Amino acid sequence: MCLSVPARIVSIDGKMADVSVGGTIFKAGLHMVENVRVGDYILIHAGFAIQKISDKEAQETLKLLKELNDLQNE
Amino acid sequence: MNNRGLKYIDEYRDKDLVLNLINHIKKSATHNYVFMEVCGGHTSAIHRFGIPSLLPGNIRLISGPGCPVCVTGTDFIDKAIIYSKKEEVIITTFGDLIRVPGSASSLEKEKAMGADIRIVFSGLEALDIARMNPDRKVIFLGIGFETTAPGTAVTIKLAREKGIKNFWLLCAHKVMPPAMEAIIKAGTKLDGFICPGHVATITGSVAFKFIPEKHNMGCVITGFEPSDILQAILMLIRQVNRKAPDVEIQYTRAVTASGNTIAQRNLSEIFEHCNTRWRGFGMIPSSGLKLQKEYEDFDAEKIMPVEISYNEDNPLCICGDILRGLKTPPECSLFKVACSPENPIGACMVSNEGTCNSYYKYLHNE
Repeated sequence: MCLSVPARIVSIDGKMADVSVGGTIFKAGLHMVENVRVGDYILIHAGFAIQKISDKEAQETLKLLKELNDLQNE
Repeated sequence: MNNRGLKYIDEYRDKDLVLNLINHIKKSATHNYVFMEVCGGHTSAIHRFGIPSLLPGNIRLISGPGCPVCVTGTDFIDKAIIYSKKEEVIITTFGDLIRVPGSASSLEKEKAMGADIRIVFSGLEALDIARMNPDRKVIFLGIGFETTAPGTAVTIKLAREKGIKNFWLLCAHKVMPPAMEAIIKAGTKLDGFICPGHVATITGSVAFKFIPEKHNMGCVITGFEPSDILQAILMLIRQVNRKAPDVEIQYTRAVTASGNTIAQRNLSEIFEHCNTRWRGFGMIPSSGLKLQKEYEDFDAEKIMPVEISYNEDNPLCICGDILRGLKTPPECSLFKVACSPENPIGACMVSNEGTCNSYYKYLHNE
């Protein structure tokens, strides 16, 4: 029920956006997020964007996991 | 849904990363650990990705109460069914709820018999149905935790702004931290919580701080892909080994310490906390959300009160013990015998995120 999926903003019209999840387009309310633009990724849940995804943090997590990987392989 | 080429999903399903995390977990897990995931999304992901089969035997994952469908009482379904029988009413609901058994029927059965029950993707869709059907009374079934409730809050605010007078909420929204405290107080033996990632996008990590501070138990706020879940387990093991319980955020790409303050503001403008019943737990203080007095004109139960008679759930069903992490589905005499996803008896079998449903689908031969 609390499942949210990453979706890319395709277009914005006022408080509503069309967002793409792997090519499927959904409507998402932008009432709860600020400073979002076309191309940004948000988490969509029950028709609303509930959070903008931080690309910087996403890359940090992957970097950390890869470092852990390298540690293993040394 | 085709998952190929999905950004922020595929990277976290990388086989090498997963295998490596397993190796680190095996090295770090020096004694026995029991961790509870409280989000139904995690329960589903853990079984779908076969995570228990990857973990060493000294790490046990148990499921908590984190599926809103599962913890919603039969009385809520019974009330919705009474409303659905009224000629002038349209019931709008998330699809998750439609097959949940009430004491004598379900919304799905009532729909088949002609009730006007419509599945919506969001509160905004329900509001549109009200706008397009001014002669009907549209009731939106509000269920879900902090992830879902802000959307309902925004919907109610819009209904007021737009002067829509034929839209009401039947509210069973709940909040998660008091239920986690109820589990701790019930004495379920745990070494830490895999905390709900999407609830925490709204609440922030701060909402879970009382768990290490008051109860000396670790928390890691976790994403929903295999490497997320395994990384969180590794972080929890390290907290236990260091004897340093804390609230850490693994799911940093979506969760911050303070959370989504706009969503929080919407919640506090529209709702107030109330005591509410959870299936399996009974009454948990301050764990429910109800409309504030100023918004009572949107409360279906205030405007159109209905009486229901309470019926006992099937006495053989152990959903309650499963939701508290005390038992697992194979310990239930109904599991796979009388209770299946096609013919669910308890709510944990209905929802895709219910523990029994996940066990049935992914651990069919155990």
